[in-house]
Amino acid sequence: METQDKVIKIVSEATKVDAANIKAETNFVDDLNLDSLDMVEMMMKMEEEFGIEIPEDKTEDLKTINDVTKYLKENV
Amino acid sequence: MEIKRVAVTGIGSICGLGNSTDEIWKNALESKSGISTIDNQDTENWPVKFAGIVRDFEISDELLDPKEKSRFDIFIHYAMHATSEAIKQSKLLEANYNPYRIGSILGTGLGGFPIIENTHTTYMEKGARRVSPFFVPSFIPNMSTGKISMHYGFKGINHAVSSACASSAHAIAAAANEIMLGRVDAVITGGSEAVVSPLTMAGFNSMKALSKNNDEPTKASRPFDKDRNGFVMGEGAGILILEDLEKAKARGATILAEVVGIGATADAYHITAPHPEGGGTIPCMEQAIESAGIKYTDIDYINAHGTSTPVGDIAETKAIKSVFKEHAKDLNVSSTKSMTGHLLGAAAGIESVFCIKAITEGIIPPTINLDNQDEDCDLNYTANKPVKKDIKYVLNNSFGFGGTNSTTIFKKYED
Repeated sequence: METQDKVIKIVSEATKVDAANIKAETNFVDDLNLDSLDMVEMMMKMEEEFGIEIPEDKTEDLKTINDVTKYLKENV
Repeated sequence: MEIKRVAVTGIGSICGLGNSTDEIWKNALESKSGISTIDNQDTENWPVKFAGIVRDFEISDELLDPKEKSRFDIFIHYAMHATSEAIKQSKLLEANYNPYRIGSILGTGLGGFPIIENTHTTYMEKGARRVSPFFVPSFIPNMSTGKISMHYGFKGINHAVSSACASSAHAIAAAANEIMLGRVDAVITGGSEAVVSPLTMAGFNSMKALSKNNDEPTKASRPFDKDRNGFVMGEGAGILILEDLEKAKARGATILAEVVGIGATADAYHITAPHPEGGGTIPCMEQAIESAGIKYTDIDYINAHGTSTPVGDIAETKAIKSVFKEHAKDLNVSSTKSMTGHLLGAAAGIESVFCIKAITEGIIPPTINLDNQDEDCDLNYTANKPVKKDIKYVLNNSFGFGGTNSTTIFKKYED
């Protein structure tokens, strides 16, 4: 599975939003209405799935599906 | 200051006997047991493998959003489910009360203990970085009242009460006091508990508090019977809507009963054992009777604490005989824990629901499995079958570890 598809799948499972409605440009706060706790939980799932640690100061910059996908591609 | 009368305008419940008050009441009148073998968890290493577990339940999406369901421990699901039933019956949402005058005060003995156990396992296996940010909000005891306030917009007093197996009784007392003092118009009260988990079952088992009758779970909870050998864990919730009686009347609400008496004492004796002579429980019942402004002979029915432990049932029997003297033989006593198991911090919640149904239906729910009455338990425990009786006053006892006692008296509503 492509990295972006994996990211979308994780986000869809965490938010119960249909994967078909999550796109590369989907913004976690503006489009999915996630709060700070939701964000932490989702990043935790990314770390688990991709076997990495995302430093806390980086997570603040990851605002869209595309941001996360790009970060993972560069760091995994 | 004028003390307001306290009306009960709605009840809601869930436990091993059923997922609604109608279902629970129907099963109780058929003398059914709500106790069963635990088949939704791996109990291979559990010394006790049965409990009064809730079956075939999933909270509605309307009460808890699908993404929230796994984020809140089950005691919160039960509280919200039973609250929804009680609110519908009371038609509270049609009342034109100021939201700052609607409170929520619920009891729970242990809060979200199962999620603490599970998260500890995650922590040990995967480390601190894998502890969910929703862990703390999922288990704190007052999150049931918190979620209720958010769901309905109730902005009045909001807190949890924790006093082990008396939690819901103290919650009801606190809620009734708020109404009596005129500080709120309505309060959601009662409580919930859901701690059928490996560690709690092991802990209560180590205390020798639990029945180990794994072969016949439905026979295990047998208060006042010779062969009783410990309590049976239960789970669920029992919720009451309390309202300022005059305001409830003015809005045309159906008044099911009144809360008229409250007693609360401490044994000051032992961490877990009850005072054998009713040291704390006698004054507790007397206080409740006095605060109701009635005589002990006015009580028609006692829903006993009656947990089916060898020591506790005798101590409560002695206390009842001391308080009620010759009237002790005339009144009906029953322990609905024989059917539901012991809901710990939700016990007084579910039992208050039974008390109110007893008043409105004129039927006393039975103590089941009472085949051979203990000679030291010599009262009329309403053995095995419900009894029809016109009831005006009902007394509910709840006692908890730490030597805490609470008694509530409900009265039939008469204009």
